[in-house]
Amino acid sequence: MSKWIKVCELDNIYPSTGVCALVDGKQVAIFRPSEENKVYAINNMDPFARSNVLSRGVICEHQQQLWVASPLKKQRFNLIDGSCLENSEVSVETYQARITDGQVEIHL
Amino acid sequence: MSKQKLVIIGNGMVGHRFIEDFIEKADLEQFEITAFCEEPRVAYDRVHLSSYFSHHTADELSLVKEGFYEKHNINVLIGERALTINRQEKVIHSQTGRAVYYDKLIMATGSYPWVPSIKGNESKDCFVYRTIEDLNAIEATARRSKNGVVVGGGLLGLEAAGALKALGVETHVIEFAPVLMAEQLDQQGGQMLRNKIESIGVKVHTGKNTQEIVVGGESARNTMKFADGTELEVDFIVFSTGIRPQDKLAKQCGLATGRRGGITIDNQCKTSDPDIYAIGECASWNDKFFGLVAPGYNMAKVAVDNILGRDNEFTGADMSAKLKLLGVDVGSIGDANGRTPNCKSYVYLDENSSVYKRIIVSEDGKRLLGAVLVGDTESYSDLLQYTLNDIELPKHPDSLILPAHAGGEKVGLGVDALPETAQVCSCFDVKKSDIADAVAAGHCTIGAIKAETGAGTGCGGCIPLITQVLNSELAKQGVEVKNHLCEHFEYSRQELFHLIRIEGIKTFKDLLVKYGQGYGCEICKPTVGSILASCWSEYILSPENNGLQDTNDIFLGNMQKDGTYSVIPRMPGGEVTPKGLMAVANVAQQYELYTKVTGAQRIGLFGAHKGDLPDIWKQLIDAGFETGHAYGKSLRMVKTCVGSTWCRFGVQDSVGFGVELENRYKGLRTPHKIKFGVSGCTRECAEAQGKDVGLIATDKGWNLYVCGNGGMKPKHGELLAVDLDNETLVRYLDRFMMFYVRTADKLTRTSVWLQNLEGGIEYLKEVIINNKLGINEQLEKEMADAIDSYQCEWTKTLSDDKQLARFAHFINSDEHDDNVVFTPERAQKRPAFLDEKTPTYNISLEEV
Repeated sequence: MSKWIKVCELDNIYPSTGVCALVDGKQVAIFRPSEENKVYAINNMDPFARSNVLSRGVICEHQQQLWVASPLKKQRFNLIDGSCLENSEVSVETYQARITDGQVEIHL
Repeated sequence: MSKQKLVIIGNGMVGHRFIEDFIEKADLEQFEITAFCEEPRVAYDRVHLSSYFSHHTADELSLVKEGFYEKHNINVLIGERALTINRQEKVIHSQTGRAVYYDKLIMATGSYPWVPSIKGNESKDCFVYRTIEDLNAIEATARRSKNGVVVGGGLLGLEAAGALKALGVETHVIEFAPVLMAEQLDQQGGQMLRNKIESIGVKVHTGKNTQEIVVGGESARNTMKFADGTELEVDFIVFSTGIRPQDKLAKQCGLATGRRGGITIDNQCKTSDPDIYAIGECASWNDKFFGLVAPGYNMAKVAVDNILGRDNEFTGADMSAKLKLLGVDVGSIGDANGRTPNCKSYVYLDENSSVYKRIIVSEDGKRLLGAVLVGDTESYSDLLQYTLNDIELPKHPDSLILPAHAGGEKVGLGVDALPETAQVCSCFDVKKSDIADAVAAGHCTIGAIKAETGAGTGCGGCIPLITQVLNSELAKQGVEVKNHLCEHFEYSRQELFHLIRIEGIKTFKDLLVKYGQGYGCEICKPTVGSILASCWSEYILSPENNGLQDTNDIFLGNMQKDGTYSVIPRMPGGEVTPKGLMAVANVAQQYELYTKVTGAQRIGLFGAHKGDLPDIWKQLIDAGFETGHAYGKSLRMVKTCVGSTWCRFGVQDSVGFGVELENRYKGLRTPHKIKFGVSGCTRECAEAQGKDVGLIATDKGWNLYVCGNGGMKPKHGELLAVDLDNETLVRYLDRFMMFYVRTADKLTRTSVWLQNLEGGIEYLKEVIINNKLGINEQLEKEMADAIDSYQCEWTKTLSDDKQLARFAHFINSDEHDDNVVFTPERAQKRPAFLDEKTPTYNISLEEV
């Protein structure tokens, strides 16, 4: 079973911030790094603290890639593959995300 | 293959050092390590034993981090004494009957205090000075005594005399020789030391041979009788008449011992039995034993290397020493008594300031053989390097000990003159090249070098020298201390601040385009966000600024570990009305918030869901509160005592003034958080000297202290100005705050900022009081603008519907985060531990 699920309007996400959406019972952190029509989606749970906070982190660039720094202890997670910059053994789930007619859609 | 059994007898400084070094170098899988520790506690710092009287915690002195031995699987038998060694069967029996087998045995049994056989020395008023137990006994006795005597005027004896003096008893020192510290000082140096010690009230008796101690006396509990017929009445006696190697076990098992005692060892620290090593004070090398810790550490290292099959030899030790005895600086190097044939001396004597210096040079005047320094040991480390590294002396060697005003040039031995092999830290045998290597590997602070090389972590006397080597190495590498903000901006915070202000830059994006590169990161975004807020006092959650804000600022609350927030309304000066308290209580009850008085004289409510924050704050603001900025790098609070308004000692209105200051500076974004304290009198109940800004009331006004700190690195504030009236004080503070905002590096508290400010407090005074930089008018203007544009961020946020939408946990649902779970505790609640809640989501993390 696979389908794209609408979660919100792109305009509801300030550029360079993230939001959290409830998609099929999962907490998904969605990031909009800039004004451009591009969003990324990863699991919202910080795997170190096991708290649902990643959507509230600062989006950052390192090694020419985009990451989010956990708001708790600042470990950084890759927005594309979910890997953790500080600990290669840890990662978070990532999901497909797209914008259709100004709507943000997620595919689990 | 079975593990090799390693046993260490003795857990003093050297025994512990052996274990540390062994852990660092060996593959521990292959060894089973057992250590006997006769004392009731593991290794502690005997060198700084006297400091026990000032803090009274054995933990302070301990050399062993908690859990260290357990972590490395080392079996330490505390309170257990090795009674016998059976060398044929390689087994040790302890006093509990335990049998411990060994393949290699290390004896680090140390020494014992030697007490001359004087009649009466077994009285319960007689002590020695070696263990924490000794100190406890001495202190207990001192409490019921008027006076005490130390027998022995050597290094340790004077140390003990200092302790007795600090315990508040009349203190005497008895020395058999005609001078104090005869081992280390020449006659004139000893005399100078004696003068200084007597001037602080310690009574010194030299050339005295104690014959008998008899119980009873007219004014004290005991009477000491000397060979010359004189007597001294004293309550108690501490013997510090030297140490002897503890070689009892060695004799019991038939190991060779030295003529003057001690377990005989070779250059590998091996005893006459090749499977047994001896290190530290118990060892006798070339019929010499060493009562200092540095040679012991060195032997520990040699023994470790030999057991692991590496080449290393003990080749003797330098017995030079620099210390502070009874407040007097004393240094002794090499041949201090000038016993080398045909040597020559240079002497400098200043009776006015009680300074005596003597250097002993070789016949040709080219090499330094020894030195004695009393009252001023500044040149100690330079002089020591001359002897240790055999460096050729300058043409006029006396210039090394003459003060600058006496026509002597400041020759000073530049560190560049030291050979790479020069030993910088003698406690841990760290060479100049080791430090250079550490710097090259990127350890560019004293702290990092200490951690990497161990240098400076023993007696600490070499830290000035390490600093010189560090600076010289950095300069050589052409390393400028880089304070670039991050990979996106090649500017320091201070530089960015000026660029933003001068060019009127209002957004992160504009700054990045003009002066940076790439996208930005978690370092530069919040820093620039803070500078923009400091400069333009704009709303930090505006669409342009929102994404720059760090964890706490972005939702105007401190995020807790479970993702909930704390709510802390401002209570200026710690004042709150009963009605206000009721409003706080109501909201806390309604939202079931954990409630606690914080360290900042205000009330914190914890465990608020993000989605509830707007409603909670609306109720608080309706009740007259405003945001407390507990989440911001900004003024947190002003701690006050009740002052002259209520207190019968107060001399100024500390609460009133504290409230005024808190309201004046609230909301201003600063490089790091700022705390104030205002005390109404010199009793200092507001602990103002531990704050970034501290005011202490005087009869005439206020004394202003700045750049103090509590927390991680406590530091007292430094006095900037005295007896200020309110108006002048506020002007100084405006300037101080803005100068800090302008010039500090990112996330730098005022204490560290001042530490790094060239010229320190004197420079700061010049700037703030005497307008050295001519910027004071500007600073005051900038502060006035910031004050004018203050707004309560929560009030502003509540008036903006688009903002409020951000606070819901889900952008597409009204539900709360069901992973936030609480557990009842002491009539309130706390976040549930992980094992108390059912995991709701699968996450792709292996069990951690």
